[in-house]
Amino acid sequence: MSATCFHCNEPLGTSKLTAIVGDRDEPVCCAGCRAVAELIAGAGFSQYYAVRSQAPSRPEAALLQADTWSAFENPAVAATITQRTGDTDAVTLGIDGLRCAACAWLIDKVVGALDGVQEVSTNLATGRVHVRWRNSRLSLAEVMRAIARAGYRPFPPGDLSIAEHQQSERRSSLRHLAVAAFGMMQVMMFAVASYSAELNGEIIDPELLSFFSLVSMLVATPVMFYTGMPILSGAVRSVRLRTISMDVPVASALVLAYGASVYSTLTGRLGDLYFDSVTMFIFFVTLGRFVQMSVRHRTTGITDALARQMPSVAHRIRDGVAESIPAASLALGDIVLVKRGEIVPADGALIDDEASVDESLLTGESLAVRRMRGAVITGGSLNVGHPFSMRLTAAPSQSVVAHIVALLERAQGQRPVISAAADRASRRFLIAVIVSAVATAAGWMIVDSSQAFGATLAVLVVACPCAFAIAMPAATSAGIAALARKGVLVSNPAALEALAAVDRAVVDKTGTLTHGRLRIARTHVAPGVDRIWCQTMAAALESSSEHPIAKAFRLESSDLPATNNVRVHAGLGIEGIVHGTQYRLGTRKFISLPIDVLPDPQPASTVVLLADEHRILAQFELQDELRSTAPACVNSLGNHGIATAILSGDRLSAVEAVGDSCGISERHAACSPEEKLERLRALQSQGHRVLAVGDGVNDAPLLGAADVSVAMGRGTALAHSSADMILMNEDLRALPAAIDFTRRVRRIVRQNLFWAAAYNFGSLPLAAFGLVPPWVAALGMSLSSILVIANATRLLPKRSAAERSRFSSSRGSSLPAQAYGS
Amino acid sequence: MSILFTLIPLSLLLVVFAGWAFFWAVDRGQFDDLDSPAWEILSDNATDKEPEE
Repeated sequence: MSATCFHCNEPLGTSKLTAIVGDRDEPVCCAGCRAVAELIAGAGFSQYYAVRSQAPSRPEAALLQADTWSAFENPAVAATITQRTGDTDAVTLGIDGLRCAACAWLIDKVVGALDGVQEVSTNLATGRVHVRWRNSRLSLAEVMRAIARAGYRPFPPGDLSIAEHQQSERRSSLRHLAVAAFGMMQVMMFAVASYSAELNGEIIDPELLSFFSLVSMLVATPVMFYTGMPILSGAVRSVRLRTISMDVPVASALVLAYGASVYSTLTGRLGDLYFDSVTMFIFFVTLGRFVQMSVRHRTTGITDALARQMPSVAHRIRDGVAESIPAASLALGDIVLVKRGEIVPADGALIDDEASVDESLLTGESLAVRRMRGAVITGGSLNVGHPFSMRLTAAPSQSVVAHIVALLERAQGQRPVISAAADRASRRFLIAVIVSAVATAAGWMIVDSSQAFGATLAVLVVACPCAFAIAMPAATSAGIAALARKGVLVSNPAALEALAAVDRAVVDKTGTLTHGRLRIARTHVAPGVDRIWCQTMAAALESSSEHPIAKAFRLESSDLPATNNVRVHAGLGIEGIVHGTQYRLGTRKFISLPIDVLPDPQPASTVVLLADEHRILAQFELQDELRSTAPACVNSLGNHGIATAILSGDRLSAVEAVGDSCGISERHAACSPEEKLERLRALQSQGHRVLAVGDGVNDAPLLGAADVSVAMGRGTALAHSSADMILMNEDLRALPAAIDFTRRVRRIVRQNLFWAAAYNFGSLPLAAFGLVPPWVAALGMSLSSILVIANATRLLPKRSAAERSRFSSSRGSSLPAQAYGS
Repeated sequence: MSILFTLIPLSLLLVVFAGWAFFWAVDRGQFDDLDSPAWEILSDNATDKEPEE
């Protein structure tokens, strides 16, 4: 327990920082986590830690700086995203980092505590918060600041219409589902009464029986034509397109069963009543679709992902004055100022002498790069050096990131179509049903033409592929739920089937096989110099820098000595005065003192030297640390018969080092997004089913085109929205486990399809010979559906006793009693 | 048994009412987010406002 951070659950490293939570000191990994933990505890919301189910991501430093959000103090900027009615303003913001219900609760509390807030509601499902406040007492910037201080990044959502569309879709399916549920219960009530009478050999008053059937028809009609509409219209659509989807046999069985039942009700020729089967079946199918829709909604659209990636505000310089404007309104040729720690809003040419930017999310390059005057800086990179200004060479909508998104959209469109097993099965099934119906009709015509209609109808109704249609969705839904418990979030249900069939894997390096940030791997000190002292000096010098190298030092120490005259030499290093002595920290070239006592650094590591005016004091070797689970994952994939290759945008030496330690022999370095896509396509054209794993913007097209794709939980939003699955806990070992599991799902699906087929084809001959009374047909239909669902529930994890008592114990032990008082 | 001819239509009326109530609740957004409201109980904040929509 003590080895991880109290707030973000990441390893502590050598951090000695603590946060004061209640009356205890809890260990935290960085100043950001300390600030957030103390804010949460100080405001009296520390129950959050007792009830949360997922740890939040480590807060970025820029989140906590008050001036990050000051652009939104400008009323003109604020007005682009708020709606004003009288003296109240309302806004809907997207929230980055919203992971569990406790996060949503925390945001509600933190924002609700602000003076002037009238209403705040955080929706976990859509990842958005809606806030309404009195504009005389509060500004948008203060609302955003409050959310940021709790450790979450607010952003103006890219496209509100997507969220609105999802909400109306959800509401409409709920209505459909409710009608089917109510209808099913009512009809079943009458059906059970008549079935049990028939079983016991009793006879119900015929008048009452016809009344029952009339009422059943009344109730079943809205279920059929309201809830069943999507199925019916889906079938009509696929017939028009001359394809056969699952909807076709389902809809034809529904229409026949319903039509036959209405016919017998109206003509008084009682007997063939299937209202109970019709309503129950529509309910189950709609329920399955509702579950899959909820899964789909959990991942936001690509437009929204772009909004998360890119800054919402830019500083435009006009006539020498900087003004904050919405980034979307930037145009070609504008001059833009990018402050330290900010994301470059669009592509542009550097006007200042030099700049250093971190492009790791765009290219996979793990080190910051240096750009000289006139060089093009790509939108989406992070400024880790001095503030710089640039002239835009492309509007935000034409920038490289937008281009990658376009590439992704095309890639997704050209994805290899794996026709779902159920669709293939339904095609064969439909043909078999039609053939046997025709044979039955023809046979009875010869033998006894008066029986022909009844027997043919019985065949068609008995053949209703209820169990067939439910077989896939039931197993898939159960599989998705079980995978979510293992930390794998599935956004595309079809991916389960595809993952089971994968035989190749391509993985990104930076951020996927590695943690994606530099850490100090080795420290060598000159004789007579204290190691801890050297690290403290280095941390002090780097304390004000946003450079990826500086971040590696920052975690190491807490009480830092004061530094004076700190000067950053871009691309070289940093110098400053500590305790009256001049120190320098940087590359070999920057230090330019003889290195004799220190060992040669390992290849692929970045070397940083610390020196005073006379000699070198220490040599730090920084490496993007490999995830400890990576070699086990690659090995385990190999045991599943899946060969792994690295596709990275980083330098060859770094890729080689990671490949060696993971045991991956196929490596491709310095790949652009297009090259990654080409290599993937080459594998696919050889007939391989390829799994892609990545985290960056540059991986998005790759993820979009792969047969199955997995994004890392802390990867970019664009990677999330293009992937089929998200590895929430970033434990790579979950990947082979998920493959094992999807193979189990595939087995269950096959069993289900087999049972459904066995029932349907077993009962067909009986129906053809007129041996199946309607109540047996209805019961058989229900039982076969229930059998299929019960089989699918075997996929759900067994709830352990510990989990069942989790809620009561967390109430008992961790929560302060006062939470229930007052 | 003739009482059934009265009771069953009555039960249908009840079903229609229940359906209407459910539609009403859906339109009011009661089912939009089923995860977070469960945590509301943890709040001991007396200053909670009534939803105003």
